[in-house]
Amino acid sequence: MTLFIYDHTFEGLLTCVFDAYFRKTFPDSLLMEGEPLPLFYDETIHIATDEEKAGRVWRGLQKKISRHALSSLTYCWLSELPKVDEILFRYIRKAINSPHSIETNFADPDVLNLAKIYKRVDGERIHLMQFVRFQKAADGTFFAAVEPQFNALPLAVDHFKDRFADQRWLIYDVKRQYGYYYNQTEIEEVTFEDPHQAHLVTGMLNETLMDNNEKLFQELWKTYFKSICIKERWNPRKHRQDMPVRYWKYLTEKQ
Amino acid sequence: MNENTLTKLKILAESAKYDVSCSSSGTVRRNQSGTLGNTVGGWGICHSFAEDGRCISLLKIMLTNYCIYDCAYCINRRSNDIPRATLSVSELVDLTIEFYRRNYIEGLFLSSGVVRNPDYTMERLVRVAKDLRLVHKFNGYIHLKSIPGASRELVNEAGLYADRLSVNIEIPKEENLKLLAPEKDHKSVYQPMRYIQQGVLTNKEDRKKFRHVPRFVPAGQSTQMIVGATSESDKDILYLSSSLYQHPTMRRVYYSGYISVNTYDKRLPTLKQPPLVRENRLYQADWLLRFYQFKVEEIVDDSYPNLDLEIDPKLGWALRHPEQFPIDINRADYEMILRVPGIGVKSARQIIASRRFSKLGFYELKKIGVVMKKAQYFITCNELPTQTVNELTPIGVRRLLAPKPKKKVDERQLILNFADDE
Repeated sequence: MTLFIYDHTFEGLLTCVFDAYFRKTFPDSLLMEGEPLPLFYDETIHIATDEEKAGRVWRGLQKKISRHALSSLTYCWLSELPKVDEILFRYIRKAINSPHSIETNFADPDVLNLAKIYKRVDGERIHLMQFVRFQKAADGTFFAAVEPQFNALPLAVDHFKDRFADQRWLIYDVKRQYGYYYNQTEIEEVTFEDPHQAHLVTGMLNETLMDNNEKLFQELWKTYFKSICIKERWNPRKHRQDMPVRYWKYLTEKQ
Repeated sequence: MNENTLTKLKILAESAKYDVSCSSSGTVRRNQSGTLGNTVGGWGICHSFAEDGRCISLLKIMLTNYCIYDCAYCINRRSNDIPRATLSVSELVDLTIEFYRRNYIEGLFLSSGVVRNPDYTMERLVRVAKDLRLVHKFNGYIHLKSIPGASRELVNEAGLYADRLSVNIEIPKEENLKLLAPEKDHKSVYQPMRYIQQGVLTNKEDRKKFRHVPRFVPAGQSTQMIVGATSESDKDILYLSSSLYQHPTMRRVYYSGYISVNTYDKRLPTLKQPPLVRENRLYQADWLLRFYQFKVEEIVDDSYPNLDLEIDPKLGWALRHPEQFPIDINRADYEMILRVPGIGVKSARQIIASRRFSKLGFYELKKIGVVMKKAQYFITCNELPTQTVNELTPIGVRRLLAPKPKKKVDERQLILNFADDE
């Protein structure tokens, strides 16, 4: 069994593909640096990430598969699922080897798997667009805490930039300890030094940090949420299906 | 904005909630730099889900719930003793903007009770939309209710600011509408619909000639019918929807299961539960019309005036037409694959795309997402022949697929029959 050990970055993965073709040995498994090795193996090969090699693989892929398939590769990478890199590796290898595009061959387990993971990550992106709830802080910044299942925040920020172009906002991924701040001209990535501040733990701004009217609007929204429900059609199962419980922590109306 | 607004919001949301239309789709509007809001692609975003499972996409609210009409099916009818309130235009505009900024909503869905006369009411609705668009440069979604009986000028003005306009038919047959809402008739509903359609078509022509003509109701119009309040069969309802969909601007017909809000009115049935299953079947039939290339006479006709509540309309059609099946997944054309129960639009597309590479068998179909429990009786694929609807007979397949009645009695228990129903 041949193992490739790399730094677990997307460029690293592409370098793995390059080196595999270069050496004509293909790995049975991909491991991150520092990960414990399996009990039995023949050979471990350390791959040093190289921007140039990664770029060559990417440009090669651009000739082989469509833009949508390329973006689905990055989406799947952002899923951070265990062993997703091996699926990607096999997919890229099949794409390179095949004389025509394989991306619609859903009878192939890797293609189908990739399509399914893409759908899940895209679903998470849409969930972010749905369930981000801003709170207005005293200085006029709109703050929202999120905790997405997959690392989908970078995929959703463009939407927020377009929509809330005239307000300053900050969306912070509490789980992954980073966020995006928009200052009415551009988006920048930010990280708080102290992750134990109350609003990063609970997601709710302290009343001293809040804008004067914020509490009222939260009350208005909660009232609206309660009154819009038709008691005769009460359907808690559908409610939980469409708005899974894992998002409730940061939803104003569910507080 | 104060506690007073809170009470008003509560009253007016409760009055508006029986309108089922919720979608915020159909328009793409990018943000004009430095202003608020956009509308996303062809689909809308649902920002929340109420505990009845319905989505909250738009701020669904009435400007006022005072009304001069006395329609038997409506909670806001004149003779009902309920709390009444009116929002001022500026209050509503502020509320919309502030909710929107917090990503609570996708836009505004505004309707109103009729006060004084239709034109007066319509004018106020238009003012809200106009303020949002012109004063606050709001690019979010606006859905306005066109008040039956409003004049053409006002409908035309509303169309400039709204993404979608809608007029509710409510009762499919005019004689029933006359019975429940003596002050209304179908003409007052179809007239504004015609105005909207003419407006959109004229606008389309204008836009071909001049590039900067503002769009007119870009997301088209929708309507709603109440199900179960009157004696209409599913056939009446679906034939009407199908003829409405022939019109180029009609995007959606909503079906609202009747909820007994005015139990004292003897003209209406008293239902313990709204007819939710029937409503669901109607939506399924509606989808067949819009996305599955079915014709309405294939779904319901004189011999089947009502949809089967136990099985879905597509399965119903397949069981009535066993001669069309089984179809070969690896050869049949897209239209036919769409007609197989258990295969949806997405699976059908994936099948068409994948079968160019290799023949598909049960395993691949299952992985693609086909509901094999249903589909297996209607298809052949790259497998040994199985029993299809022709061998098992439609009645047999129906028995296999219809939901089993829940077992109420415990078979281990001895049942004593007291002959009290003889």
